[in-house]
Amino acid sequence: MSMINPIAKARGLGSAKEGVHHWYAQRASAVLLIFLMGWMIYSAFSLAGGGYEASRAFIANPFNAAFLSLLLVVVLYHAMLGLQVVIEDYVHQPAMEIILYFITRAGAYIMMALGIVHIMKLALGA
Amino acid sequence: MIGPYYKPQMTSLMSITHRASGIFLSVIGAPLMLWWIIATASGPQAFATFEQYIGSWIGMLAVAATVLCLCFHFLNGIRHLVWDTGRALDIKTATTAGWIVLIGTVVLTAALLGVLL
Repeated sequence: MSMINPIAKARGLGSAKEGVHHWYAQRASAVLLIFLMGWMIYSAFSLAGGGYEASRAFIANPFNAAFLSLLLVVVLYHAMLGLQVVIEDYVHQPAMEIILYFITRAGAYIMMALGIVHIMKLALGA
Repeated sequence: MIGPYYKPQMTSLMSITHRASGIFLSVIGAPLMLWWIIATASGPQAFATFEQYIGSWIGMLAVAATVLCLCFHFLNGIRHLVWDTGRALDIKTATTAGWIVLIGTVVLTAALLGVLL
C-alpha cells in the first residue's frame, strides 16, 4: 500500500514542492552558454596575440563588457549547479557535503562579484 | 560502472568525461578567465605578469587543458541538450553524435590552441 496521499501522487510533488527547477536551470543556462561562450570563443581568435591593448580595448567596449559580465554570471551559475550534482552524487558524508556545497556557492558568487567590478572598471573608463 | 561485467562504451565514457571536464572548467578554467579580466583591469604591468605566468610551461598546460575541456564540454553539452528533447536517443545515433563531438573537439581545440599558444 502506498503511503502517498492520492492528490499528492496526482500532483507529482514531494515534500520539497518542486523538483525540476535545478534540472531546468542547468539546461537553460547551457542554452544561453552556447551563444555566450560561442561569442567568447569567436572573440578569442581576434584577441590572441594582441597583448594588453587588445584585451583592454575589448573589455572597455560597453557591448563586450555587458556580454562578458553576462557570460561570467551564467557560466559560474552553470558551474555551481553542475558541481552541486557531483557533490550530491559522490560525497556521502553530510558534514563534508554541506561544506563543499557552501564553498562551491561562495566561490561562484565571489568570482561573479570580482569579475563584474573589474569589467565595469574598464567599461566606465577608470 | 567499473567492474568485471563492464565493457567500456562510448556513451558511458563520454558521460563521465563530461563531468570531469565540467569540474576542470569550474576549478581551473573559470579562475583563469577571471585572472585575465582582473589582470587587464589592473593595467599593463599586471597584464605582463599574467602573460608571464601563462607563458610558463605549467601555464600553457593549464590553458591547453582548459581549451580542450571547454571544446569537449561545449560540443558534448549540445549532444546532451538534443537528448533532453527526446531525440537521437538510440545507441547508433548516440554513438555517431559521439564521434562528431570527438572529431569536432580535436578540430576546435587545435584551431584555438594554434592562435592562443
